[in-house]
Amino acid sequence: MLEWWDGFWAIYSTVIFGLGINAMLALSIYLTLSCGLLSLANAAFMGIGAYAASMVSMQTALPFPVALMASAALPALVALVIGSPTLRLSGVYLAMATLGFGEVVRVVVLNLEITGGPMGLNGIPQKTEWWHIVLLLGVTLYCLARLRRSKIGRAFEAIKEDEVAARLMSVNVAGYKLLAFVLGAVIAGVAGGLNAHYTFTIGPGNYAFENAVDILTMAVFGGTSNLIGPIIGSTALTLLPEVMRSLKDFRLAANGLILILVILYLPKGIWDPRRIHAFWQRHPDKKSRNLRPDTARKAG
Amino acid sequence: MLQLKAISKSFGGLQVLQNVNFTVPQGSIFGLIGPNGAGKTTIINLVTGLLRPTSGDVVFDGQDLTKVQPHRITRLGIARTFQNIRIFKEMSLLENVVVGMHEHLHYGAAGLLFNLAGFRTAEAKARERALELLSWVRLDHKAHMLANSLSYGEQRKLEFARALATEPKLLLLDEPVAGMNPAEKIELMAEILNIKQRGFSIFMIEHDMRFVMELCERIAVLNFGKIIAEGTPTEVRSNPEVIEAYLGKEDAA
Repeated sequence: MLEWWDGFWAIYSTVIFGLGINAMLALSIYLTLSCGLLSLANAAFMGIGAYAASMVSMQTALPFPVALMASAALPALVALVIGSPTLRLSGVYLAMATLGFGEVVRVVVLNLEITGGPMGLNGIPQKTEWWHIVLLLGVTLYCLARLRRSKIGRAFEAIKEDEVAARLMSVNVAGYKLLAFVLGAVIAGVAGGLNAHYTFTIGPGNYAFENAVDILTMAVFGGTSNLIGPIIGSTALTLLPEVMRSLKDFRLAANGLILILVILYLPKGIWDPRRIHAFWQRHPDKKSRNLRPDTARKAG
Repeated sequence: MLQLKAISKSFGGLQVLQNVNFTVPQGSIFGLIGPNGAGKTTIINLVTGLLRPTSGDVVFDGQDLTKVQPHRITRLGIARTFQNIRIFKEMSLLENVVVGMHEHLHYGAAGLLFNLAGFRTAEAKARERALELLSWVRLDHKAHMLANSLSYGEQRKLEFARALATEPKLLLLDEPVAGMNPAEKIELMAEILNIKQRGFSIFMIEHDMRFVMELCERIAVLNFGKIIAEGTPTEVRSNPEVIEAYLGKEDAA
């Protein structure tokens, strides 16, 4: 049994670590989406967090928690600085501006000496344990769940539904948008820091356009009306390529096809409590299909 | 209570308001009427800070509002409803109203994260108050339904409750009965009188003359961006300029 586990862990630990990291990334973009912001800067914030943490670990003797704090602090700082001008934009304009920001980050990292240029950073100490990821994902989920039940969560939702009405309910719209943006950057940054400390090597290409789109896809695929959606989405999209290994070269095509089908038929993601609830209300018989009519009536 | 002093507003070359002056007195229902395109909604947008006047001052309780942010104006005690209803459709009625209490919920990050007693009592009180406000407009039995399941008239009443949740001194109603059927109009009239009797001052923009004449104690008439008359409903009704604006001029036969 133990031998089996050792073998399994050796092969699949990266996938399992990836599940946790991707869940955090999906939650980071869920946060900005829940405030009505289509921001695609999360991959860049992940990269800033990864580089910040790695540089702390490689160039100083400071312990891992300090490196992780750096991976939260630097993205937060950058988000604060670029947030106030860019968050005036809305919809696709914000998406374009944040994509542009991602490209700026990539090019800066590519050309700086201290970030290792195009070679990236190699030999990052492997400090991330599975329980670090579980713990930080748990903390993230807990904080976001608390946020949802408070006036902050309601303010986010109100802004998403109608900015003008929210403002006239005395909600400081610009302030709350910045808060969502900065908190999203912190979550993505920590995910980056954790990720860098088990992949051994990071490079400027790891946090570019495709990654930004991947993160968005995970959240949209799962659904963003609650916290379970992004988790389901990130889990499904992380496991899908593994499950479809037998398709070999057609894997990515199948991946894309599944995505298209979900977007077409489940526009609010696969985890949409309202749709699921409505489905059971419309088909009450499905729950008791195997029962004879008289017992079904009693059960109902 | 609310005073507009020499307000002018132009959008590019289009002058929408010219030297508008009037005062909304405390504790009454004040109406602003005028034909389509007279500039009525612009006035409400100026008062709530969504637009800035080209010149002139908006004074509320002695404070100039022309440089104050919209969300701060709400905190000072002005709430509004919208001509094209703007409720939060994907939220429950209760949540809609609790959003209105945003500024009156005081708890810190620690209380929020660890569900401390202060957080719980503040949230419970807000919910209780929201239910009370919903009962004022007789929607409390639907408190947990989604707002987009309401009829048009009910959505307007939800907007009233939500606006009242900000604890305003002055309530601005932008064409409250636009698009309503006669039965809904009568019901809304009762709700508005009800709100006024609870001590709120109301400033209403309206198109429906009968509605305004029955509800308002004072009326100002706006036509082509200028105030052409002000007074009690009877005075305004017999004013020749007002009759001309609404019915057109009689040909000298």
